[in-house]
Amino acid sequence: MLLGAVPILLLLLVYLVLAAGRHEANPADKILPLPGAMAESMAALMFVPDQLTGQLVFWADTLASLQRLGIGLGISTLSALVVGLALGALPPVRATFGPLVTGIAVIPPIALLPILFIALGLGETAKVALIVIGIAPVMIRDIAAHVSALPREQIIKAQTLGASSWQVILRVALPQAMPRLLHAMRMALGPGWVFLISAEAIASDVGLGYRIFLVRRYLAMDVIIPYVAWIALLAIAMDVALAALSRRSFPWAHGERH
Amino acid sequence: MSTLLSLRDIWVEYGDRIIIEKLDLDIAAGSFVSVVGPSGAGKSSFLRLILGQEAPSRGTILLDGEPLAPECGPDRGVVFQRYSVFPHLSALGNTMLGMECAQSPFSARLFGAARRAARDEAAAMLQAVGLGDSLHLYPAQMSGGMQQRLAIAQALVKRPRILLLDEPFGALDPGIRADMHALIRSLWRDYALTIVMVTHDIREAFTLGTRVLALDKRRHDPHAPHRFGATAVYDLQLRERPEDHAPENDAEAPLPTSITID
Repeated sequence: MLLGAVPILLLLLVYLVLAAGRHEANPADKILPLPGAMAESMAALMFVPDQLTGQLVFWADTLASLQRLGIGLGISTLSALVVGLALGALPPVRATFGPLVTGIAVIPPIALLPILFIALGLGETAKVALIVIGIAPVMIRDIAAHVSALPREQIIKAQTLGASSWQVILRVALPQAMPRLLHAMRMALGPGWVFLISAEAIASDVGLGYRIFLVRRYLAMDVIIPYVAWIALLAIAMDVALAALSRRSFPWAHGERH
Repeated sequence: MSTLLSLRDIWVEYGDRIIIEKLDLDIAAGSFVSVVGPSGAGKSSFLRLILGQEAPSRGTILLDGEPLAPECGPDRGVVFQRYSVFPHLSALGNTMLGMECAQSPFSARLFGAARRAARDEAAAMLQAVGLGDSLHLYPAQMSGGMQQRLAIAQALVKRPRILLLDEPFGALDPGIRADMHALIRSLWRDYALTIVMVTHDIREAFTLGTRVLALDKRRHDPHAPHRFGATAVYDLQLRERPEDHAPENDAEAPLPTSITID
């Protein structure tokens, strides 16, 4: 834990030295702002209502982005569970829809963004749809592969205990897919953020990604850097929360003495 | 003793590959049949047939005089060498699953009095296999021997007509294996089970079984080895009743010298 902090602190130190150097040469430097400038800009965004909208910009951005990401991730997770379970547990379903999911999964989602904007407009729907299209196929395939890799013996055993196909899915496949689903969510968070920022950068009026790309025009590194750090912090918090949830809810899947 | 399971002129073929040919067999109720044979001699196919996991390409299998449905059902319990228990359920949950599936078709869960009854029955069964102190452990917290005990309890709680064991003790340490032999023998006696056990261990086959079946190919064509299937080349009736059983430490069972099985 402490050892892992050393490189991060070292990077911070290097940044401070470089920033201080630049400011010594040019006190008005915008490229590597000093912490004081960042704090000042961020305080304005966090605590002073925007003159135009009356909103606290930073929190409005955070809320909008988290909402988009949350809805996108939620829809993806639900479809991964339902479709992944069906694909993994029912061979006829796999034979019918497997190639379709694979086909969608290999399309670069950003390439679909124009189609989404044309079809769904520039509102929230298109942004959420981009996240879903970007991460759902991968999650579905992950869950399907995990379910279909359950030992054959387990399925036979369940059948000899009198379980119907429905009961096998409900009591054998579903519970064992759950920790994998949380793992798939963690893996999908990274790409999810990428698609969120991309969609916001291209067409939006609020959001963390939107703000970064907006203030880029003014070389406002004193806003961009804290925003990126905030995004990183949010991503880490989500990852840690999901990992903790998995350990708490499914201790049997983590090989722990519980 | 009455015949519980009978196989009549059974053939198993995949394409032109013959796995089992012309197998005729009657298994009496209450017997403990050990099945031995070299790898690839159809031991697993034989087990899958009785399990209903696959249907014979020719012939009929009768259980209690009724044709056997070609699907796995609760009248046949099974314990595999591995993966017989569900990692996401505690010992109690594993053992209750069979009862929950039978009594609650949609949710496969029980509540209230029905749940308590199933719980008590499962706990009693776990007690019987020596897991009385481990009701709430998950399989990952158990040793290999405990997991196999759990797999046996899980199957027996359904009172199967016939219990199939697929090399159940093959992955266990010798000391644990001896304990498991004692356990399976006492369960067999107490619950009047009919057991079919596939094993690689010939000593185990003779120690436990009342009857030993050796599956192998009768004929062998070196140019087309797949064209002849295996059948029961030896069928040795050892003893009739459990009481005649030799104790565990007398493990040097009378091994007929004329049989060589590799």
